[in-house]
Amino acid sequence: MPSKAADKRYTKDHEWVVLDGDIVTVGITDHAQEQLGDLVHIELPELERTVAEGETIAVVESVKAASDVFSPLAGKVVEVNETIAEDPSIVNSDAEGEGWFFRLELDDPDVFETLLDQDAYDEFLETL
Amino acid sequence: MAHPPQADDTAPIRTVPLDSWHRDRGARMVPFAGYSMPVQYDLTGDLARRCRGGVLAEHLHTRAHAGLFDVSHMGQAILTGPNVAAALETLVPGDIAGLKPGRQRYTLLTNAAGGILDDLMVARMDEDRLFLVVNAGRKDIDFSHLTTHLPAGSVLTAWPDRALLALQGPAAAAIMTRLSPAAAALPFMGFAAANLDGIPCLISRSGYTGEDGFEISVPAIHATALADTLIAEGNVVPIGLGARDSLRLEAGLCLYGNDIDELTSPVEAGLTWTIGKRRKMNWDFPGGVAMRDQLDNGAARRRVGIRPDGRTPARAQTPIMADDGTEAGIVTSGGFGPSVNGPVAMGYVRKDLAADGTTLNLLVRGRTIRATVVPLPFVPHCYRR
Repeated sequence: MPSKAADKRYTKDHEWVVLDGDIVTVGITDHAQEQLGDLVHIELPELERTVAEGETIAVVESVKAASDVFSPLAGKVVEVNETIAEDPSIVNSDAEGEGWFFRLELDDPDVFETLLDQDAYDEFLETL
Repeated sequence: MAHPPQADDTAPIRTVPLDSWHRDRGARMVPFAGYSMPVQYDLTGDLARRCRGGVLAEHLHTRAHAGLFDVSHMGQAILTGPNVAAALETLVPGDIAGLKPGRQRYTLLTNAAGGILDDLMVARMDEDRLFLVVNAGRKDIDFSHLTTHLPAGSVLTAWPDRALLALQGPAAAAIMTRLSPAAAALPFMGFAAANLDGIPCLISRSGYTGEDGFEISVPAIHATALADTLIAEGNVVPIGLGARDSLRLEAGLCLYGNDIDELTSPVEAGLTWTIGKRRKMNWDFPGGVAMRDQLDNGAARRRVGIRPDGRTPARAQTPIMADDGTEAGIVTSGGFGPSVNGPVAMGYVRKDLAADGTTLNLLVRGRTIRATVVPLPFVPHCYRR
């Protein structure tokens, strides 16, 4: 997976987004997995589903609670990481690598640039 | 990603005597029932070699070895007076008069409609004194209820300057044997005063996990020393409220406010066993007539164990539907059971749907999840009889 820092963006909902062509790979940040604690169940979106920016696209469940994952951008789901559905603990151990959630074909790849860069996300975490 | 709703943190928050002890051991503190409490730990150093921490690992460590729980937020009190047992019996359905010194009982404060004001532990210290442990979120209500309604001559004295620690798990007995053979010899629901490493404690053989273990009431000034002693005695790690909840759910034990409240009766809740045999002669306690009627005619709904198919947990307030599409009830506690390694829940269903093996449908995020009524507990109790 490409992960040059320049191609990686974040949202205030604690998703990370990596762009490759007009496809983005999306997951939850390390901060998010740490806050959630041990994950025990993950619901991933169906392939080919089209989603709007901010739409609920996945659900992560810890022992105690369920949390929504929102789509950071508008697009179509072209791939999901079935491995994390089988073993959610991968998200705890490697949230920003092997623990990716899904890939989206973007309606408009230019919108990627509007997301937070690493510095902006780090600054946002400082305010929490 | 959206975070789950947090507890109301606008009220002034109180701390437990072990507050800094928890923080030093990597606790994540959260507001709970007006107190700052450890929900889970990021364990470090020697403790991390025993258990990595986190709800899953803490839960499994308790079932495999032993865990130390701080439940100092709970309300402790002493009730004294002539005929103190008979006095308390005017407010609870339990047989308190039959409780011998050195014994403890689980009982309920009930209201005139047969609802449950709280569930509590009552221990007989001696002829004239009972030791009470009530829920943190209900203690003000309970203490005021008791003070207002107990017969003249009974005196309730809250005991706020004490901590309450629970040592739970299969290794608890061996640890207690090294500290106090007398306390270690207590039977399930036995109660005794004993010194642990020179610290005067009140100890009962009970808990909220389904495992063998002890609950230890200790003066607040000695709480840290006692916690250090217990952690040093064996393969024990501190356990947060997160694992406490998953452990009690697997054990089929009620959480006040979720599974029982002022609108549920002991009969509906499957707590009829808490009504003393002698008390069923006269039904002379709050809500007695309503409970007798429910026993005679059947309660309209029952608390049952629910095992969802698949891996999706069904949380509290999940609607339950019958196979014919009619409303069946609601989940009151639900989540993931680490020892079961799957979702577990309990809730109230219509009496015609309460038999073991009945299939149900749970409405989770607009989808239907198949589920089955199963006997409680999900994990067998390992009490020392």
